[in-house]
Amino acid sequence: MAKGLPELLATWDQTAAIAEAELRKLRHDPIELFTRVVQPLLWLLIFGKVMDRIRAIPTGGLPYLDFLAPGILAQSALFISIFYGISAIWERDSGVLTRYLVSPAPRWTLVLGKALGGGVRSLSQAVVIFGLSAALGVQIRWEPGAMLAILAFTLLGSALFSTLSLIVACLVKTRERLMGIGQLLTMPLFFASNAIYPIHLMPGWLSLVSRINPLSYLVDALRTLMLVHSSSTVGLGTDLAVLALTLIALTALAAKLYPRILV
Amino acid sequence: MRFEGLQFSGAPDKKRMVPLGDNLMLGLSPMARDPSTPFAIETQEISRRFGSFRAVDRLTLQVRAGAIFALLGPNGSGKTTTIRMLTTLLPPSSGSARVDGHDVVRDPTAVRARIGYVPQMLSADPDLTGYENLSIGAKLYRIPRAERRDRIEQALEFMGIEQPAELVRHYSGGMIRRLEIAQALVSQPRVLFLDEPTAGLDPVARRTLWHHLHELRERWQMTIFLTTHYMEEASELCETVGFLRSGRLVRLGSPEELCRSGSGQRSLEEVFLDIAGEPHPSEGSSYADALRTRKAIRRHG
Repeated sequence: MAKGLPELLATWDQTAAIAEAELRKLRHDPIELFTRVVQPLLWLLIFGKVMDRIRAIPTGGLPYLDFLAPGILAQSALFISIFYGISAIWERDSGVLTRYLVSPAPRWTLVLGKALGGGVRSLSQAVVIFGLSAALGVQIRWEPGAMLAILAFTLLGSALFSTLSLIVACLVKTRERLMGIGQLLTMPLFFASNAIYPIHLMPGWLSLVSRINPLSYLVDALRTLMLVHSSSTVGLGTDLAVLALTLIALTALAAKLYPRILV
Repeated sequence: MRFEGLQFSGAPDKKRMVPLGDNLMLGLSPMARDPSTPFAIETQEISRRFGSFRAVDRLTLQVRAGAIFALLGPNGSGKTTTIRMLTTLLPPSSGSARVDGHDVVRDPTAVRARIGYVPQMLSADPDLTGYENLSIGAKLYRIPRAERRDRIEQALEFMGIEQPAELVRHYSGGMIRRLEIAQALVSQPRVLFLDEPTAGLDPVARRTLWHHLHELRERWQMTIFLTTHYMEEASELCETVGFLRSGRLVRLGSPEELCRSGSGQRSLEEVFLDIAGEPHPSEGSSYADALRTRKAIRRHG
């Protein structure tokens, strides 16, 4: 992919250019950021409060709301990102994508840039969920390092699911089908993960699924970094490695498929 | 090939623009006709099939550097497919093509670095400003940081974009087209591809665009490859035109030659109607094609 440092820097500039386009659009019209906040708030305020009261889920000593908060952050990153491929279809229909694809930028920079641009949308969620969690009395680990790491993991995780969505977009090519497949993917990814209950409660086959589900690793990392009394089940290093390697693999696949979205 | 020392401002010079006919025809590039000038575009029996449909059928074509060439033909005759193969967006099913000396299949990155493409569809992002559109492009083409600003401003000035800080959403159709060309110019391409650049534009905007295309060729010997449905445009701009029908090249020559052929002097439009009317197996345009044209026209109109 890269021949030495100058080449690497040049491809990074190309990646950043695509991400920058996404951010500038968001700056011209930030309404989306606000409407996106509602859903995670409802999960925390309604689902979280009720489950907190009935204490039905063994969370290893954590109050349920504490257990849930990082799960909801991961969930909102997933929900935002899984439909992100629509923007690639929109760009295909409008012709903007054609312009990107005739440029000499390597295809993987176009994909990664887009995924990172999509990932930044989730960062605003992190801020809001943090604020609300604090207000609801979740015992948050107020350490700058941990908080930066949360942002980094949120970005990584949502870039990963954005890339997955781009792959689906390249394969199905229409908005309607992408919406359908997105719906089909979100529920299993969300429920077969440790976002709202621990993996050890699950029947064997389901716990196996959640162990290969990247969302579980994102939740594990966020939970470890966000809460005072929580320890990682697999280790932050494993979380990082799983998410990064998955992102690389998905980016490589998406780069291969990307030009096909035009045909 | 630089934009340096460019004195050209947005409002086109009326003297030069209006009577395009004679003076510009006389000004047609001697270079483009000189047999020693290398070919900027060369295709060898290039074909593209979609399933069993032959969109482009064994097309062999050469365009000399510095020429303005137009590909004409009815809807669905394969013009856009040809451009998409030459711009590396679509791999040919068979045959080969070289653009500025580089093979479109074997060395797509080199081709991409040397061309500009203005598709029929809107390619400027409406949710960004004109300047932002150019700046994103400049980064994708690896234009060194120190040069970016100058190159963007020169391209904007050359194409007469007066509101670069405005969202493209609020531009007029003609201005969007000019912005898209400015976008393609930032990388100083050797070959510029334009797919129906004046579809849906009013006569003034159309002439302004012609003027700019002439300017590009005269100043920087840029090779321009375009498709159009306006025969007037082809006669004004091009030294060579090719007619496609059902993916095949059925005529090739200068507009004057094509008009002379047959019984006496005809207009290019009559030549077109003749060729389009000749019986051929698979009939004209598809639904998707019609939809695409309508969309493009709606956006610019």
